[in-house]
Amino acid sequence: MYVRLAALVAACVTTILASTVFAAAPIKIGGLFAVTGPAAFLGEPERNTAKMVIDEINKAGGVKGRKLELVAYDTAGDATKAVQLATKLIKDDKVVAIVGPSTTGESMAVIPIVEKEQIPLVALAAGSKITDPVKKWVFKTAQNDALAVGRIYEQLQKQKLAKVAILTVSDGFGSSGREQLKAQAAKYGITLVSDDTYGPKDTDMTAQLTKIRGSQAQALIVWGTNPGPAVIAKNARQLGLKLPLYMSHGVSSKKFIELAGDAAEGIRIPSGKVIVADLLPASDPQRKSLMAFVKDYQNHHKAEGDHFGGHAWDAVMLVKGAVERGAETPAAIRDQLEKTKGFSGIGGTFTYSSQDHAGLGKDAFVLVEIKNKDWVIVK
Amino acid sequence: MQFDQLLQYAVSGLSTGAIYALIGIGFSIIYNATGIINFAQGEFVMLGGLFTLTFLDLLKLPVWAAVPCAVAASTLAGLVFERLAIRPLRQPTPINLVIITIGGSILIRGLAMLFWGKDTHSIPSFSGDDPIAIGGATILPQHLWILGITMVIVAANRFYFYHTISGKAMRACSYNPRAAGLVGIDVRRMVLFSFVISSAMGAVAGIIVAPLTMTAYDVGIMLGLKGFCAAIIGGMSSGIATVVGGLILGVLESLGAGLVSSGYKDAIAFIILLLLLFLRPQGLFGKRESERV
Amino acid sequence: MQRERIKFLIFAVLVFSAPLLFNGGYLMNVFVFVGIHTMLAIALNLLLGYAGQISLGHAGFFGLGAYASGILTATFGWNPWLAMPVSALAVAALAYLIGFPILKLKGHYLAMATLGMGIIIYIVFNETIDYTGGPSGLSGIPNMSLGGVSFDSDIKNYYLIWTCTLLTVLLSLNLADSRIGRALRAVHDSEVAARVMGVNARLLKVQIFALSAVICSLAGSLYAHTMTFLAPSSFGFNFSVELLTMVVIGGLGSIYGSFLGAALLTLLPEFLRAAHDYDIVIYGGLLMVMTIFMPGGLVRGIPALVRALTSGKRGGGNA
Repeated sequence: MYVRLAALVAACVTTILASTVFAAAPIKIGGLFAVTGPAAFLGEPERNTAKMVIDEINKAGGVKGRKLELVAYDTAGDATKAVQLATKLIKDDKVVAIVGPSTTGESMAVIPIVEKEQIPLVALAAGSKITDPVKKWVFKTAQNDALAVGRIYEQLQKQKLAKVAILTVSDGFGSSGREQLKAQAAKYGITLVSDDTYGPKDTDMTAQLTKIRGSQAQALIVWGTNPGPAVIAKNARQLGLKLPLYMSHGVSSKKFIELAGDAAEGIRIPSGKVIVADLLPASDPQRKSLMAFVKDYQNHHKAEGDHFGGHAWDAVMLVKGAVERGAETPAAIRDQLEKTKGFSGIGGTFTYSSQDHAGLGKDAFVLVEIKNKDWVIVK
Repeated sequence: MQFDQLLQYAVSGLSTGAIYALIGIGFSIIYNATGIINFAQGEFVMLGGLFTLTFLDLLKLPVWAAVPCAVAASTLAGLVFERLAIRPLRQPTPINLVIITIGGSILIRGLAMLFWGKDTHSIPSFSGDDPIAIGGATILPQHLWILGITMVIVAANRFYFYHTISGKAMRACSYNPRAAGLVGIDVRRMVLFSFVISSAMGAVAGIIVAPLTMTAYDVGIMLGLKGFCAAIIGGMSSGIATVVGGLILGVLESLGAGLVSSGYKDAIAFIILLLLLFLRPQGLFGKRESERV
Repeated sequence: MQRERIKFLIFAVLVFSAPLLFNGGYLMNVFVFVGIHTMLAIALNLLLGYAGQISLGHAGFFGLGAYASGILTATFGWNPWLAMPVSALAVAALAYLIGFPILKLKGHYLAMATLGMGIIIYIVFNETIDYTGGPSGLSGIPNMSLGGVSFDSDIKNYYLIWTCTLLTVLLSLNLADSRIGRALRAVHDSEVAARVMGVNARLLKVQIFALSAVICSLAGSLYAHTMTFLAPSSFGFNFSVELLTMVVIGGLGSIYGSFLGAALLTLLPEFLRAAHDYDIVIYGGLLMVMTIFMPGGLVRGIPALVRALTSGKRGGGNA
């Protein structure tokens, strides 16, 4: 009991000391992460990373002598909550910029409020429509799903596989991917011969796969996040489905290999470079950031840094960059964010402009294949 | 080809349906003994899977030892749940019971999230992953385990409820608890017993599906819901009717996904269920009863 | 009767002066949602507390109102003031149609059927991507406006929504006290007895079901124009269960109880936020503790608790 009390007193004293020693008020950055709920696999590494990066920045003396402070809330993946919490960040916590939310649906939901209150938002979700059309106050770090789709289609075109089946999850991630898969098919001379969906909590997808087996498809593209695609990989193996299997960047983590086991062998995935950081040539501009992030995350959380955490790393660093260039108010941070050029982060090399608030090019993705429970870059 | 497909839909539907059935029977047992719809039933399914994982990974037990340990641990959780949540209730109206089991399910899920984290986990199949061909369709050895264990449990239930004193006593409680009390049956003990049996069954269901469906702290919600539906179609029976209910639900989903639309498969299953209920408001297998005033 | 009126007046004055306390902060925003949730809880209470019919699908009616209003205004450019009643009428018609077969069912079959109905509605929101935007949501819904004033801030929405909520409270209080209210309670206690007394129980149940759905639909429209964005996840099974919890925790059959339940369940997560990952555990635990110690709901439990505390040690045991 006394020990706990002492700890409490100590904590209070340190807080008071800390706030008096650093007279310049910290710069408050808001965070909206889906730490619980169905998108927790995104929100948790994102929150961990954002905290980690901001701690490191502060340890190194902050930005231009001022500390950064992260005010992070859990949206539980719910759009209503995300909007409420965005309001809280803006009205009560008076943050100058917001990092997050984690999912496309939540990001779309908070756009009206940040636009109205004029606070820059750096979303961590993949949906292309977050920044297309461009909204004045909204940026994003996660690679557009349009880029991932393009990367897969390029490969299919190269191998002359023109008849493709798609199987997408019926949540925000899947429906956004499905939209892109349909929209870009014609451009690469691809016909979608089968278009199916599955529920995020479904436990058996053999019915959909049986239907696909009966179609003319030459390749199957699955768009979803764990655990659905792992179940599909196992189901496909059970049915003896011989089609080349492509999946989305939503499963490009070791977790997927662990869940799908042997069934993961040979699956190809467009992925951010973080999972293959050590395989990259030394000349790659992202290599330095990638190695730093992977090592840091390993030290702090005893787990492999994935590209979800990477989105938060990029977002915090982009805001930090804006502050470094002299911006302190929300409006100035927004203007400086838009001027970001050639920042090599985890997701890719960012160059924002008034026409592009997503900032990444096709080089953000590499195509990897799973071989012997590890990643290999497909040339 | 067409026939092969149909066969595969049916086989897939049956194997998913068997899971729903097993969870559904858990609902029915408690309902019959106590009149409670236990919304926390799905959480025991989750506990079964995750406890198995713990015993396999942390304590390095072999599967044959980890499974009974996991069932025992989940059963203990069910026992504690009855003692802490159901028994202290001073006004056990049906609606209060619904709320308290909902509260319980949230609590258990929250604790599981803190204990096991938010990640999805997989546990290895009991006997390999090599597909078995049946006609043009294929299933996994795990599916056979599921079907087999479901049948064993249904048979064991039948034996327990009709051929043992304790089972007969529990049935007496479901017909008329007060009369059962008058003839010397300890009704509260029977309530506790029903929770023990159904949490054990939930855990078994959770363990045998985990190799196929993976497991995580939040799998209980959806599986619980589906199991609940199976139990209702079966008229809340703790026997073969609920199994049929689960199988019907599974096959409807599978056929709906394969033949009509995968996006609407759950809706199709529910629309058919609603129509069935509209035509037979007393449940699929229930007899029409005149209401006592 | 006089006492009821005074109670309502006090409540209304409290509601309208509350924003003075919030100082334009975030709490105001939370209380906008308390208002919407109160409407929904009252709607469900009319059905569950008065007529004794359970529904596990009320989030569906809430969503139908929200999406109908949202789509009519955002996609087809209707005026929100026209979209709102049109949506409500459509929902009323639908509820009437479903009501007849569904309310024939009893007990857990009714629970199951309403649950199924809710899930079907949810799936339709999710799948009709051309209209609802599917899982990634529907954006671009305009705010309500009146005489050139747009309801685009928390304080304006607060007064708009609480005016509607107070009207709902008034309507429900009057309904409870009318011939219909008495007939409903008769149906609640014994449907057969009520029928013998000449109450058309079946029609009455369907009517109250439709009324309840209409209130949900109106609350949905208000929600849509306040949020200006809709996603299916707000209208799923979980929310139906949350509504049910609000009604029971507040107190079955009590209108002010519905307000208490809605307020508690909306505010609780805000206070638990400090507990981070433990909030869900605390939330579940509190639900259980309250059901055990306040089985009649807050509206009966709080006075009992106050009595017990004020009467000192002697009465303490009865709380």
